[in-house]
Amino acid sequence: MKKNIQWKNFLNYFVVVILGIIFTVLTMSGGLSTSFRYLLEQITIAAIAAVSLSLVVGFLGELSLGHAGFMCAGAYIGGKVAYLLAENTGLGNSLITMIIALVVGAIVAAVLGLVIGLPALRLKGDYLAIVTLAFGEIVKFIFMNSDKKTFGGALGLDTPRFNSKYLFIVGFVLILITLAVVQNLMRSKHGRAITAIRDNEIAARATGINVTKYKLIVFMISSMFAGMAGVLYSYANYTIQSSKFDYNYSIEILVMVVLGGMGSINGSMIAATIITVLNVELATILTGNLAVLQRLVYSLILILLVIYNNAPAFKNFREKNNFRALAGRLRPHNPSRIDNDEGQWARIPTKIKMDEILSTDFAKVDSFSPDKPDKPEGGH
Amino acid sequence: MSEYVLETKDLGISFGGLKAVQDVNLSIKRRQLYGLVGPNGAGKTTIFNMLTGVYQPTTGTFYLEGEELKGLNQEKINHKGIARTFQNIRLFNNMSVIRNVMVGLHNQPEFKCGIVSSIFRLPSYYKTEKAMREKAKSILRIVGLEDERNNLACNLPYGKQRKLEIARALATNPKLLLLDEPAAGMNPQETADLVEIVKSIRDQFDLTVLLIEHDMKFVAGLCDEITVLNFGTVLAQGKTNDCLNDPEVVKAYLGG
Repeated sequence: MKKNIQWKNFLNYFVVVILGIIFTVLTMSGGLSTSFRYLLEQITIAAIAAVSLSLVVGFLGELSLGHAGFMCAGAYIGGKVAYLLAENTGLGNSLITMIIALVVGAIVAAVLGLVIGLPALRLKGDYLAIVTLAFGEIVKFIFMNSDKKTFGGALGLDTPRFNSKYLFIVGFVLILITLAVVQNLMRSKHGRAITAIRDNEIAARATGINVTKYKLIVFMISSMFAGMAGVLYSYANYTIQSSKFDYNYSIEILVMVVLGGMGSINGSMIAATIITVLNVELATILTGNLAVLQRLVYSLILILLVIYNNAPAFKNFREKNNFRALAGRLRPHNPSRIDNDEGQWARIPTKIKMDEILSTDFAKVDSFSPDKPDKPEGGH
Repeated sequence: MSEYVLETKDLGISFGGLKAVQDVNLSIKRRQLYGLVGPNGAGKTTIFNMLTGVYQPTTGTFYLEGEELKGLNQEKINHKGIARTFQNIRLFNNMSVIRNVMVGLHNQPEFKCGIVSSIFRLPSYYKTEKAMREKAKSILRIVGLEDERNNLACNLPYGKQRKLEIARALATNPKLLLLDEPAAGMNPQETADLVEIVKSIRDQFDLTVLLIEHDMKFVAGLCDEITVLNFGTVLAQGKTNDCLNDPEVVKAYLGG
């Protein structure tokens, strides 16, 4: 049992590494088209964004709708840094430039996360969602209305496009880093504290967990990786436009987290892959007059996916038709197990001993008091 | 150091015009098992909420070992040494039993391990995790839940959930333990076990216990002194038997 859990912990690393190696080899041998590599880049960006958001939504249990805002800040700042470094220093458009840009983008996003988190994390649930939503829009509009020379204004910022042969490899490495940080954090005492806050904030406070501190830390780490995903985005495109990072994009990332199952890192990654493939493929298949159908088909597929995941009727269907059940059906049916067991009724206790009833202390019932909820905050 | 572990001076709180608790003076000695009884709505849980920082008292103050704790938030009060259980059980339901207790151990100085060393899995991480697990196991052994340690907290029967809450509170290494109706919903056998558990943790952890309970047999079997509350004010205070036989107390409970 213990071995099994340990093995499961590393499964997602293995999958990511093996996929990364396969795609790298295919690229080197010329087996991958540019469009497929672009798809891979988009998938890595989405996966990092989804895993980082799942830290807030799935593990901390708070709803954040401003994830695209952090990505936007990371994309613009990282892109600008990369542009300046590539133009003005001897580094050029190299890996070192990219790492510096990634670090700067991550730090800026993390600081933004702290600045937003300090006031916003005093709020809960819907209120926090609205504040983060507003934050995302503010960031978008700041960059949209920025000076033409600094951040390109409404036309967008020109960024250095990293050699597409290698960018997705960087993306895979970043996924690994994100995975490692999120998983290691969640499996430590700090992760336990975060889960405790999600499960029961009042009890967590009473147990001495510094709720505000942990909420801030989670928010910061989450926005830090969102910033990294943003920098990756700026490297995957020649220009970035802040209108891309609107609330639709935040919600798309949220959909990935919810579809993948709250609190499931692997699920978030798989959902990120599915949704990105869906988006990119629909955009290539439905062109011309059919382009209007893109969003419609996308939404329909999304609805079907959610229903398939959650509707009780489908749950029964899946339980009957999953791998384990299919394997069980292949085994020969053995009817002798229950039907021919004559002794089964004899073993089921049908008589309750009278002594037991008589010896029960019914007086105790008087001391029972209905449980009334104690109000968490100063109720008036 | 003060003679009393917990002292409250004219403790009171009002919500708007409603005076929920007024002028409560408690003095609880070291290693004492002290009871707080009274009819429903008398303000017992409100007192607990004030002592743990959930509510801020509007009048009076309280001291733990001579140190004034009024005005601190819940986390700080827990760090100072007051731990509690809840009337309506508040466990971390989606975590295993042992992890519930390990959350309680979170702030203990011997289990220090920073976020960075957790993320990078430095040796201190493994050392801390192992030590925490062992310590949590030993606490679970005391309340008799060691065999349940890998079950989810929400899958435990009611009586065991109450015991787990006590274990989690114990893990924070308190000086004063507040138990809010620990025997509610337990069968007579479990109640009898609980009396023994409370006594044994008092001895092992050098604890002082303040408990709310409606089961008078439980209170009489455990507490040597009690305070009886009614409508937010103290009705009687002193030796358990004297208080429970006080005609005023009987009247408050049975009506009359």
